[in-house]
Amino acid sequence: MNDIWLGLLNAFKLILSFDADLFEIVLLSLQVTLSAVLIASLIGLPLGALLAVNRFRFRRAAIALLNSLMGLPPVVVGLIVYILFSRSGPLGVFGLLFTPTAMIIAQVIIITPLIASIAHQALRDLWSEYHDLLISLNTSKRQRMMTLIWDSRRSLLTASLAGFGRAIGEVGAIMIVGGNIDHVTRVLTTAIALETGKGDFALALGLGFILIGLAIAVNMAIHALSRTERTGQW
Amino acid sequence: MVSTTILPLRLENAVVRKRGKLIIDAISLTFEPTGMTIVMGPNGAGKTTLLRLIHGLERPRSGRVSWNCSADDAQSRQAFVFQTPIMMRRSVLDNIAYPLTVRGSSKSEARKQAADWAINVGLGDALQLEAANLSGGERQKLAIARALIGKPDILFLDEPTTNLDGKSTREIEAILQSAHSSGTRMIMTTHDIGQARRLATEVVFLNKGRLCEHSTAEVFFEGPHSDAARAYLNGEILE
Ligand SMILES: Nc1ncnc2c1ncn2[C@@H]1O[C@H](COP(=O)(O)OP(=O)(O)O)[C@@H](O)[C@H]1O
Ligand SMILES: [Mg+2]
Repeated sequence: MNDIWLGLLNAFKLILSFDADLFEIVLLSLQVTLSAVLIASLIGLPLGALLAVNRFRFRRAAIALLNSLMGLPPVVVGLIVYILFSRSGPLGVFGLLFTPTAMIIAQVIIITPLIASIAHQALRDLWSEYHDLLISLNTSKRQRMMTLIWDSRRSLLTASLAGFGRAIGEVGAIMIVGGNIDHVTRVLTTAIALETGKGDFALALGLGFILIGLAIAVNMAIHALSRTERTGQW
Repeated sequence: MVSTTILPLRLENAVVRKRGKLIIDAISLTFEPTGMTIVMGPNGAGKTTLLRLIHGLERPRSGRVSWNCSADDAQSRQAFVFQTPIMMRRSVLDNIAYPLTVRGSSKSEARKQAADWAINVGLGDALQLEAANLSGGERQKLAIARALIGKPDILFLDEPTTNLDGKSTREIEAILQSAHSSGTRMIMTTHDIGQARRLATEVVFLNKGRLCEHSTAEVFFEGPHSDAARAYLNGEILE
């Protein structure tokens, strides 16, 4: 119990010290995760809409696959991305291993199924509500998807935030593909793992509280933004 | 106007089955280019299904539904007002504007026309309201404005005033009368015999998925040919 208080105290000390290294780590964490969430949303939301609106042969199988990919073990994803991007791997020429880009790629793979699957559920419900109207108005497939996405944007925000939550706390994959290199690929989670390994629990815990605070702050900021849209426009 | 209309519409031995149940039983009918057709019949007669079939929301198991033009052309020149209006999660204005934006109008042009239509149907004060907050009568008015904004050749309405109070019913009938007199062909179902008398130029009477009668309003209300229609008008319960 004492350790936890010490950790909290450490977190405040770290923040108040305006430590440049800490700032860099926090910034990279945000940068990597927000990029991954943005890219995964750009893939996952339309994918969810496509699965909601289209009737094709392997639709059920595709949805089942998507749902099971939600539980993809990050370490395995990290390993596969590592192999693909390692110097002798098929994508080795890009030289992306141990860069933030590789970390973003791994996170996109981990959270896209999650975002797509949550989005699909929300969009499927709205589709059953809108179905007759949108068919009656002779809309194209693309228009149906865009309409559903726009009109469920608040539920979709939740889908993206779930992706953010998973990505910001992820350590297994980015440790492997990023390598936790100081000043290059070190983020909050990999720093915590490192300090824990070294036995510096107080520092690890301090970083941990900063991580939690960051996740809460981002969620609150995005919810506040979506609320101003609601009251501002309508 | 007449030369470009998608009507007449012909049904030839159209059959609709669902889960093995015969719902529309070999109906043949012709809808001429003008008029207000009221489809009547007891609950479960197949009125809703007939409208959905004509509009292309149901496929005939056999038989044909043919317009006086290509199916694609016909599809874009009809509109449907559902018994339970579908409110998009948008403002009243954007709900009404939606069909125009789908057809490629600019947002500002679509909203301008939508505002005019909202005023036409008596929703001028509710433009910025979320559609979900409207009352039953207001929802129907929104749905009618959204259907008429695309200037359809033909408008289908499925019991548009069921469950509405007298005032809303009167207002909606006035909107429909005015759309009809400006040339919109209408096919509408109703349970309300008084409403049918007020609006119909012709009546289609269904019972158990079969066409019992297709007459002008005069003939139907003064001396219907079919026993089923006569019994229905007399307030008897059809078996
Ligand atoms: N999806 C469906 N599956 C099975 N039966 C249906 C379905 N939809 C409608 N029916 C049946 O078809 C008959 C006609 O329905 P409907 O066209 O809604 O009648 P109405 O509008 O005249 O009341 C009813 O007996 C109804 O139970
Ligand atoms: Mg019905």
